[in-house]
Amino acid sequence: MDNIAGTKSSLTWAVHISVVILVALWLFPTVGLFVSSFRTGDQISSSGWWQALSTQQAQLPAIRVEGDETPTGGAFVIEGELIAGDNTVSAWGTSSRAPQAYEPGDTADLGDGQTLLINEDATFVLTSSETTEGTRLPRVFLTASSPPEFTLDNYREVLTSSTAGAGILQSFINTLTVSIPATVIPILIAAFAAYALAWMEFPGRALLIAAVVGLLVVPLQLALIPLLQFHNTIGIGKGYLGVWMAHTGFGLPLAIYLLRNYMVGLPRDIIENAKVDGASDFQIFVKIILPLSFPALASFAIFQFLWTWNDLLVALVFLGADDESLVLTGRLVNLLGSRGGEWEILATSAFISIAVPLVVFFAMQRYLVRGLLAGSVK
Amino acid sequence: MNPAVLGLITIILGVGGCIGYFWSSNFVLDRFIFPPRGPNAGRNINRANAIRPWLFLGPAVIALGLYLAYPVVATFWYSIHERVPGGLEFVGLKNYSEMFAEAKFREAILNNMLWLIVVPGASTAFGLLAAQLTDRISWGNFAKSLIFMPMAISFVGASVIWKLIYDARPEGTGQIGVLNAVVTWFGGEPQQWLTIQPWNSFMLMAVLIWIQTGFAMVILGAALRGIPEETVEAAILDGASPWQVFFKIKVPQIMPTIVVVWTTITLVVLKVFDIVLAMTNGQWETQVLANYMYDKLFRSFDWGVGSAAAMIIMLLVSPILVWNVYSARKEMR
Repeated sequence: MDNIAGTKSSLTWAVHISVVILVALWLFPTVGLFVSSFRTGDQISSSGWWQALSTQQAQLPAIRVEGDETPTGGAFVIEGELIAGDNTVSAWGTSSRAPQAYEPGDTADLGDGQTLLINEDATFVLTSSETTEGTRLPRVFLTASSPPEFTLDNYREVLTSSTAGAGILQSFINTLTVSIPATVIPILIAAFAAYALAWMEFPGRALLIAAVVGLLVVPLQLALIPLLQFHNTIGIGKGYLGVWMAHTGFGLPLAIYLLRNYMVGLPRDIIENAKVDGASDFQIFVKIILPLSFPALASFAIFQFLWTWNDLLVALVFLGADDESLVLTGRLVNLLGSRGGEWEILATSAFISIAVPLVVFFAMQRYLVRGLLAGSVK
Repeated sequence: MNPAVLGLITIILGVGGCIGYFWSSNFVLDRFIFPPRGPNAGRNINRANAIRPWLFLGPAVIALGLYLAYPVVATFWYSIHERVPGGLEFVGLKNYSEMFAEAKFREAILNNMLWLIVVPGASTAFGLLAAQLTDRISWGNFAKSLIFMPMAISFVGASVIWKLIYDARPEGTGQIGVLNAVVTWFGGEPQQWLTIQPWNSFMLMAVLIWIQTGFAMVILGAALRGIPEETVEAAILDGASPWQVFFKIKVPQIMPTIVVVWTTITLVVLKVFDIVLAMTNGQWETQVLANYMYDKLFRSFDWGVGSAAAMIIMLLVSPILVWNVYSARKEMR
């Protein structure tokens, strides 16, 4: 619309700024999760993720001095480093009431002939007149700043350790196992049905189309108990077969609707020419309609994949909530309940679960948009 | 057996089975039942063509009937029965009256009404705003795809993301939730956002609005592009301000699309379950119908009341169902 009179507004810069703000607002939450998944648990719980790139100044929890003592000239000396890494101590103290009583480089008199020196680089020297063997060494409170630090440890821990991640990897495989067959199977069934509804004449066709449109909005909540009963009756109970069948059933209305709308728009000439040349309906469908409908098939496949990957309810009900069979979404809900405070685990697990749909989304966005438009704009 | 292997076998069996069914049923029909030769060749062709649509439709019709149509009837059946040892006992509307008497249900209905007003409204408004703004700038498509992105994130994943935003730490320590960081920066006290009634419901709604705005933007953006340029041009020549062009020329022309977007998001809202389950599980008066229903069905195993709650959701959906069928039929004529 660049060529219309008056659209070149003097407020273009305002539009740009508004869009930047809008995009930033919408991106901010996800970036937060992403950045957090690369920070250590201590960092996450002591400062906001937006400070991840700045040097952190934080008061650390109490640290007990420890080390081997060496007798030097009538005194007993323990030397060592209080915190590992590249830190800078800005203040320290020996009691929780005055955690910033001393500057780095100061020597504190702890009484009973003990003195403690803490340097800026977090090294310390504890000097005692008597041996400290068998006594409790003093605690210190540090206020230290640490440089920005990013780590892959969270991912390593979540993916390999069985306790920390509590089976994220297993859930990842479960989710994949649920979503791929549940995406592939409805496509074929729907494609044949859509062709019949689009290009074959038979009584009751309009009624069937109306029924498909109606079933499009039936909440799947209604299906839970009756279908669970049905699955138990026919003996498949809770399991992958049940989930695949349920997802197939729930996905069919949209699949048929999308594909029929697309197929109806294909040029009539091609189909009629093929018929004149003696092709059967089956041949027309397989050799002409199916290849031409690829964009619609792709649209639906993405929808169904995103939906089955992200689904929680169907998997919980038809697959079960025990540790072996939990899908990623179910696992995340459990983690939120049991380890709600451990953001390094939560953020990393959540990011693992949304990574695959995000990749699919950005790679196939074109088809997704096309499908949305076909499904909604009337 | 490893489920992944099982999955692979299912794909092969499923796809192979589908293809096999469609091909062989066709083959049998054309070759053996009504072969297009012999004395009745013409009649046979007609008969085969009358049957073929049902071969193509068969699996889909069975699946739709079994997985969507039958459950509506069955759920209604369960909702007027009570589970007793050994079977079901007819209780009429007792489950419904029991449910309506329950405070948690009334809370769920009220919250759902609130969701129904706020979420579709806010998502459509933000979507329209984003669509209009990104329409005119060079990097609009890039901006669109970033705003659209939450669409790919699961409701549970989004809940984790937003829980981090609402996180609260004791006063005096560094806040890691951005909302509390802002509040304390302005000198306020950190709040446990998800426990403050009635605002916590809005905190949950924000998650869904964040997800659905992209959807609204994509659809409305396409509709805005479809507006005939002459109408806009004529309005500008007549001296309309940009606001007037937007609200008096563009919005009325895309009204049908706005209705579609609104109803589509309404359907999502009626079924919203994951967000509430993951963030508050209905505590602090944030209960909604779908989560109430899940509670009844799978935590207290009260099928009667659970099914009654499901029927209420169905009832709320049915006006949209009727409207969709009506407009689809109108369009086909």
